[in-house]
Amino acid sequence: MIEFRKDLFRDERDDNLNEIGKPTQRQDMVGHVTGRSPFYDDHAFEGLLHLRCLRSPHHHARLRSIEVRDAERSPGVHRVILAKDVPHNLNTLLSLMGFGLDDEPLISGGKVSYKGEPVAAVVAESERAAYDAIAKIRVSWEVLPHVLDVEDALKPGAVTVNDTYPGNTFTYHDKYDHQKLRFGDVEAAFRQADRVIEGRYQMSPIEQAPTETCGAIAAQENNGRFVCYTSTQALFFSLGTAAKLLNVPSNRLHFIGGTVGGGFGGKVDSLHEPMAILGCMLTGRPVKYMFDRAEEMQVGAPRGAERWYLKDAVGRDGRILGRQLTGYFDAGAYTRLSSYAIHKSTGHLPGPYTIPNVKSDVYCVFTNRTPSTAMRGFGITGVDFAIESHMDVVAHEIGMNPIEFRILNAYRDGDMKAHRRVAKNTALIECCQVVSEKANWPIRDDFRRMASSEGGGVGEAGRVPNYTATDQNGLVDTRNRGIKRRPGDPERPFSMPGTIPPRAEPARQPTPAPTYAGGGPLPGFAPTPGTGVRSEPRPSYAPSTTYSPQPVAPAASVASTQPTPASSAPPTPNRTGPNRFSSSVSGLRRR
Amino acid sequence: MTLHPGRGFAAINYPIGMNLGGDPSQALVHSNPDGKFTVALSSIDLGQGMKSVTRQIAAETLGVPVEDVYVDTADSDTGPHCMGSFASRGTHRVGNAVIQAAKEARAVMMEAAAEELEVNPDDLVTDGKGNIHVKGAPSRSIGTGTACAAAQFKQGKTVSGRGIFLVPLSPVDPETGEMTPVTCFAHAAMVVDIEVDDETGEVSVTQMNSAYELGRALNPKLVEQQLVGGAWMGMSHALWETTEPYYPDRSHGPIDFNDYLMPGPGDIAPHHISILERPAPDGPFGGKGPGEMCANPVLPAVANAVFNAVGVRITDLPITPEKVLRGIRANGGAKPQRRW
Amino acid sequence: MARTPIEFRHNGRDQAIFVEEGSNLLDVLRRGVGDFAPKYGCGQGTCGCCTVLVDGEPHLSCLTLAETVAGRSIETTSGLGKGVELHPLQQAFMDNFAAQCGYCTPGMLMAAKSLLDHNPSPSRQEVVEAIAGNICRCTGYEPIIAAVLDASSRMSGRRSA
Repeated sequence: MIEFRKDLFRDERDDNLNEIGKPTQRQDMVGHVTGRSPFYDDHAFEGLLHLRCLRSPHHHARLRSIEVRDAERSPGVHRVILAKDVPHNLNTLLSLMGFGLDDEPLISGGKVSYKGEPVAAVVAESERAAYDAIAKIRVSWEVLPHVLDVEDALKPGAVTVNDTYPGNTFTYHDKYDHQKLRFGDVEAAFRQADRVIEGRYQMSPIEQAPTETCGAIAAQENNGRFVCYTSTQALFFSLGTAAKLLNVPSNRLHFIGGTVGGGFGGKVDSLHEPMAILGCMLTGRPVKYMFDRAEEMQVGAPRGAERWYLKDAVGRDGRILGRQLTGYFDAGAYTRLSSYAIHKSTGHLPGPYTIPNVKSDVYCVFTNRTPSTAMRGFGITGVDFAIESHMDVVAHEIGMNPIEFRILNAYRDGDMKAHRRVAKNTALIECCQVVSEKANWPIRDDFRRMASSEGGGVGEAGRVPNYTATDQNGLVDTRNRGIKRRPGDPERPFSMPGTIPPRAEPARQPTPAPTYAGGGPLPGFAPTPGTGVRSEPRPSYAPSTTYSPQPVAPAASVASTQPTPASSAPPTPNRTGPNRFSSSVSGLRRR
Repeated sequence: MTLHPGRGFAAINYPIGMNLGGDPSQALVHSNPDGKFTVALSSIDLGQGMKSVTRQIAAETLGVPVEDVYVDTADSDTGPHCMGSFASRGTHRVGNAVIQAAKEARAVMMEAAAEELEVNPDDLVTDGKGNIHVKGAPSRSIGTGTACAAAQFKQGKTVSGRGIFLVPLSPVDPETGEMTPVTCFAHAAMVVDIEVDDETGEVSVTQMNSAYELGRALNPKLVEQQLVGGAWMGMSHALWETTEPYYPDRSHGPIDFNDYLMPGPGDIAPHHISILERPAPDGPFGGKGPGEMCANPVLPAVANAVFNAVGVRITDLPITPEKVLRGIRANGGAKPQRRW
Repeated sequence: MARTPIEFRHNGRDQAIFVEEGSNLLDVLRRGVGDFAPKYGCGQGTCGCCTVLVDGEPHLSCLTLAETVAGRSIETTSGLGKGVELHPLQQAFMDNFAAQCGYCTPGMLMAAKSLLDHNPSPSRQEVVEAIAGNICRCTGYEPIIAAVLDASSRMSGRRSA
């Protein structure tokens, strides 16, 4: 049952468009109902091989040795792939945007930090042959103590999960072990409050559970290129990640996807594409690598668990005077995208309410579990569960109608948000009013008459507080001591996303990294000059050219009343943080 | 055994697009000689309707019928760069890129038509049905196909366009968290009605009422798909799903759909949705992105409804019968709260 | 590994194919016959994406030994329409927007076809039971239930006409 409240915000819309707003049939619907929509696995390949992984049975362990001779001789096996076979075996997903340090191998060779971490891959004629061979690989493990709880991981003496971040936290701005939000003075608010109400909330880890599991098929294409059919949610993200891990120029990879059996955030991690292409490079045959359902559920990255502590200062009239939040994102063993989610989460606080004093500390914590990643509502769903549960607790404690309590504190156009930007285009109040009416949950007349566009930005609500309490807690000098800078890591590795890393050094294996870029192992074509085995440092998949804003020729003037596309001109920043954009290459300098 | 009714409320907002920006998307648009357009993207359709919504955006901007547009995605050889389908960025970012590309292509088509009709291009309009005519004089018209053919075969013009949309990357202050996270927010509020069985601890959702504000429903059916399916997922998160039932302990993790629980078709409840549209100033035709935020209000609304029904505050998801039952027992029985 | 020759009907056409011992019907249909409509979703018989009809009955092809279909008739979504004409179920799924990513759709359609073949006028509850073994992660099921009921009434209209 769906209705459109066209009466609301009517004067802000043109409802007389030709196509927009029409219930046009989906372009892909005929394909879906005839079974002809081409998902990545729906392509025929002659001689398709299958790749399966040997995975760690331990939460945390060191590989003393790995013996693959019997596996290599197993029937139907074409190749056993180990860490040493990966040309550039260390990555972090957001390195494509210059955010964070490389901290995760494609195949682990030294130690494993979660149950399910791959230590070898077998490429064979069938899945069954691959599994038979995997059973013949012998690994000698030195089991290490592990840590699974986010708060335990922060205690002194906790084992180090991820050698790149010895203190078990991602480092923000090369300075703190967490991301801060400071707006006003919550301690003063707690002193003035009529009630101070605290709560603890735990968001569970959740599987994206797309009906199509993650996977990719790679095959040789003409002229030394590789085609990769993939279930990725982000084609160029996966392409860039594969190019980096495999040390091949991006234009030798041809990625095809776009028809995907559900993603919900679980298909961004780009684990399958580089592995399938590597298998293809090493065998010369088409190779498919996909998660089975058990892997999808326990090895594929879930929505990470989050733990939140909330503390509200509430006035006699039901207004929230201050809100303090402490959040722990369980990143699992490696960063993936959790570091990013914390920025997103911090920008979202304290929820859609105007609160004059806000403080939050959010930590990206490493534990010995499957790395977590994006899922529908990434960075927001967990804290919204915490905030809206807590809003209900507070409404109950002060004896207020929960909907009226939300409307009383709702943000409105013109209000100053805790991240110091003015709210606009808000509509929380109207949503509350409509649903109260629909569900027959009555609210007072004065609350029914309020509007998001009215009464906002008045007095202090529209301004940054005169005083904001800041602190230096969580400096990385006192925690996370001994962060490992490797050659090639950005000089300011923890700075803002967008800081463009300098040219990367060659891969950091003790032995020269293998390259398969048209070189020896590939039968069937001659190496393209200049793309064979490299000894020169090469730029990493270069955001400097790929991601910098391109001047776009202005479209010629168009007669008629076509809507103007939103301007992509940079907004004028207000006061901002320390300038971390040092590189003119990036084209992203602050002005 | 008693079934205790309860209702819970939650309200949320949701940031649209990648936090802090820096996430460009591009589009290319070109026409066949007969005025049938192809939009080339590398964006991904995960089921959310990327191919369909960009097709409608292109048709609206070009001023041609939607049947005259086909969206080709995603091939890295032909589709220009796109950051990807996540962070509710598809409609907003890709939609804006498609508008820019389609405007450029449209301009060529209109110039070609003007040359054929021997008028000023500024005096021409499209009717959205495949015709270009002089403003106020519908009889002086030319088909969009004829105009595109003339452009390519007589005038030597390519009816094509390029588009990119980028919210430039912005920094975060380490000390205060000052930042420009996104440019627009979607909103939602929800009331969930449930019943709690005080003998088994089982929670059944009986009804959902919601209001979603999403800028503009570019295609109301696609929006309905997202909201109905997303609320189902929210309900599933609240009551059923987890990969680690004894978190932070990793044991007993499900490895199939017998153990990984989700509501089936017999567990769903009627969901009454109201859609509000407050256009985003920088959204394509005002559109925001409903795909992610639709699940979020359900989780706390269900938790709040459980408290309302039996007086048990569950703060650890999912809200399993075991947790509810333990809570009821700890309280010495169900403690229904005020009925709203 | 031993290979066994088997013959079966596939969407009304005869197929003869060698299958490896222990291989499942899903793999044989997809990689042997080249019919990519049935999907792999779990390989454990818990999602229904691979549902096909064997002699008119729904089977989970990922759990069906290929050798056991020798001499039997297999129907998949690829053969659901007549030439270019869509089956009423396909049309109803379209009209009710009962697919988003489309990955569960071929299995869902087979489960629904089996229901309507046996019970042309099912109740809502009977539809729910018929598709209860098929997981959809996108739609929340409501549009699928509506589509099956819609197809049922279209088909009964066609029969009475």
